[in-house]
Amino acid sequence: MSTTETNEIEKLANQEYKYGFVTDIETDSAPKGLNEDIIALISKKKNEPEWMLEYRLKAYRHWLKMEEPEWPNVTYVKPDFQDIIYYSAPKQRPKLNSLDEVDPELIKTFEKLGIPLDEQKVFAGVAVDAVFDSVSVATTYKAKLKEMGIIFCPMSEAIQEHPELVKKYLGSVVPYTDNFYAALNSAVFTDGSFAFIPKGVRCPMELSTYFRINASNTGQFERTLIVAEDSAYVSYLEGCTAPMRDENQLHAAVVELVTLDNAEIKYSTIQNWYAGDKTGKGGIYNFVTKRGLCKGVNSKISWTQVETGSAITWKYPSCVLQGDNSIGEFYSVAVTNNMQQADTGTKMIHIGHNTRSTIVSKGISAGVSNNTYRGLVRVGKKANNARNYSQCDSLLIGDKCGAHTFPYLEVNNPTAIIEHEATTSKIGEDQIFYLNQRGLSTEDAVNMIVNGYCKEVFRELPMEFAVEAQKLLSVSLEGSVG
Amino acid sequence: MLEIKNLRAAIDGKEILKGINLSIKKGEVHAIMGPNGSGKSTLAQVLAGREEYEVLEGEVLFNGKNLLDMAPEDRAREGVFLAFQYPIEIPGVSNVNLLKTALNEIRKYRGEEQLDSMDFLNMIKSKMSLVEMPNDLLQRSVNEGFSGGEKKRNEIFQMAVLNPLLGILDETDSGLDIDALRIVASGVNKLRSADNSFIVVTHYQRLLDYIVPDFVHVLFNGQIIRSGDKTLAYELEEKGYDWVKEHFAEFAGKQG
Repeated sequence: MSTTETNEIEKLANQEYKYGFVTDIETDSAPKGLNEDIIALISKKKNEPEWMLEYRLKAYRHWLKMEEPEWPNVTYVKPDFQDIIYYSAPKQRPKLNSLDEVDPELIKTFEKLGIPLDEQKVFAGVAVDAVFDSVSVATTYKAKLKEMGIIFCPMSEAIQEHPELVKKYLGSVVPYTDNFYAALNSAVFTDGSFAFIPKGVRCPMELSTYFRINASNTGQFERTLIVAEDSAYVSYLEGCTAPMRDENQLHAAVVELVTLDNAEIKYSTIQNWYAGDKTGKGGIYNFVTKRGLCKGVNSKISWTQVETGSAITWKYPSCVLQGDNSIGEFYSVAVTNNMQQADTGTKMIHIGHNTRSTIVSKGISAGVSNNTYRGLVRVGKKANNARNYSQCDSLLIGDKCGAHTFPYLEVNNPTAIIEHEATTSKIGEDQIFYLNQRGLSTEDAVNMIVNGYCKEVFRELPMEFAVEAQKLLSVSLEGSVG
Repeated sequence: MLEIKNLRAAIDGKEILKGINLSIKKGEVHAIMGPNGSGKSTLAQVLAGREEYEVLEGEVLFNGKNLLDMAPEDRAREGVFLAFQYPIEIPGVSNVNLLKTALNEIRKYRGEEQLDSMDFLNMIKSKMSLVEMPNDLLQRSVNEGFSGGEKKRNEIFQMAVLNPLLGILDETDSGLDIDALRIVASGVNKLRSADNSFIVVTHYQRLLDYIVPDFVHVLFNGQIIRSGDKTLAYELEEKGYDWVKEHFAEFAGKQG
């Protein structure tokens, strides 16, 4: 590249995080630190029943015995868990009948983020359960869903109103003993989403939750649980942005999905949390446990993710294929730029007969970032005729970034058929020049090449989400070619 | 339309073009012939703005504007089109998406309205028939999995859609069988008008049976050593490039 282009690139690279602003809202926060009293306080603030508090305390006591994992291919200063505020809720009137009653500051924030809370967007068919800090402030379209027997509400509400369902499924896919961050989440989660699609119901709209981290020093611990009963179907969208911060903010969510016989859950994520500045200062630590259990026969769970944000990402949306003929899918685009580090991938655990899984992972590394794919395909002894197809591609932009692939295969049944393909490529100057010669600027050329590279994943996203994802990729890679 | 004056260019410090002078008027077709390594493709790449080549000296005016000062995309928007010798594959980007984006970028540069999808598709259909493009090539990723002939045909199809003032065909005939050659050449001929010009870079006279040039230039060792009308191409074909090399050995030696 020439000097002029390099200058242009530097200019673009210096653009600040587009969504970096702080909303001025009084918060009702717990003191810093973590102990049994804090957990009791969280539980009390949420008006939780006794069993929930007990669950939290069990998780906390287990967590105390655990060590923070060190195997991911990332380096960071470990969070001081006593320096985090575990509960923070925007002050607001207790009962809201419509959006008009929501704190206008909150609404403004959502508008800046372009979150479709307004009527127009609601009519467009997206039911929004917006999480602002740790408390859900608005839920729309609930009535319509209710008619069909679908429950879509904040987790805190589900604990109170549907305790039998929560008790039955919470921790059934990701027990609190699973890992360090899952245990922490189980102890201190403040909110999240709960969706339940009853037998035979096809959810008529995409369920959507926007998460946003706001109050300073507040680790956010969402807890999401989605259950699709026999022959039910739901498509769920998760998308998020966060304002600029100097301190690293810890984010440790747990998402559990359960599909019963013939049911299907499609879970799509766009993640764009603040990644820190160019020197790597600030930025979100994103340590997430996401797992789906295909419990019933012929059931299907599909994860699609577009990960562009966070300073550090540690995330492996997984499928446990327990039911015979069940299907697990994982489609991922993970972009790292500047100093970002990502160690992400999936696990496909084949337990039932004739189970099938597909993994398509597209890593894009730019700047001095590090992008690691880590995937496990395990075929159990009794899983006859299991099939897996994995494709892991890495695209490098520039010559200072890194891409790593760690595929793990554990096959304990001779009837399994496993295919794995991996490629590493660089955006070629030949490709850029070709597009320049057709009239495209270098930046547009890179966007076009990158979007083409990600096509297999984007086409798994719902239409409007796919458009957002393309825009997000453009913003994330702005000025990365050099 | 195009004035090339004493153009000297190098790659990796090695001088390839050693003073090219060429003048092309509207409506003319110029063929540039020469043996391998004479600088034909370099000339095409330098005109299109490939950055690996360093321009050492000289001037290129395109409709009065200094072409060498422009970024490659601006040259394209001004109306310079290069049909590549080796069209590159761009996985996941459909031909039609590339063309729509390219056309609208060019129109934007010229202050013209963006074409809506219907108008665009109608236009594109009429251009497809020019090079007998099969429908499916439109939706397929740019050049991915195309045969050699399909790639070249695709270049001419893109040229037809973008409708440049100056089309540079860099060895478009290489790797084409006789049927594909005829289709490609007939496409180019249909695009010829009083308003546009072409530079046809080729190694063989064969292509010039189909695309009949107004002028033929022989490029050797980075210089145009002889210019003439289409009969020059026949002479070359008959006598071979060795004749050129011998004939101009003294001349080349001086420069080398």
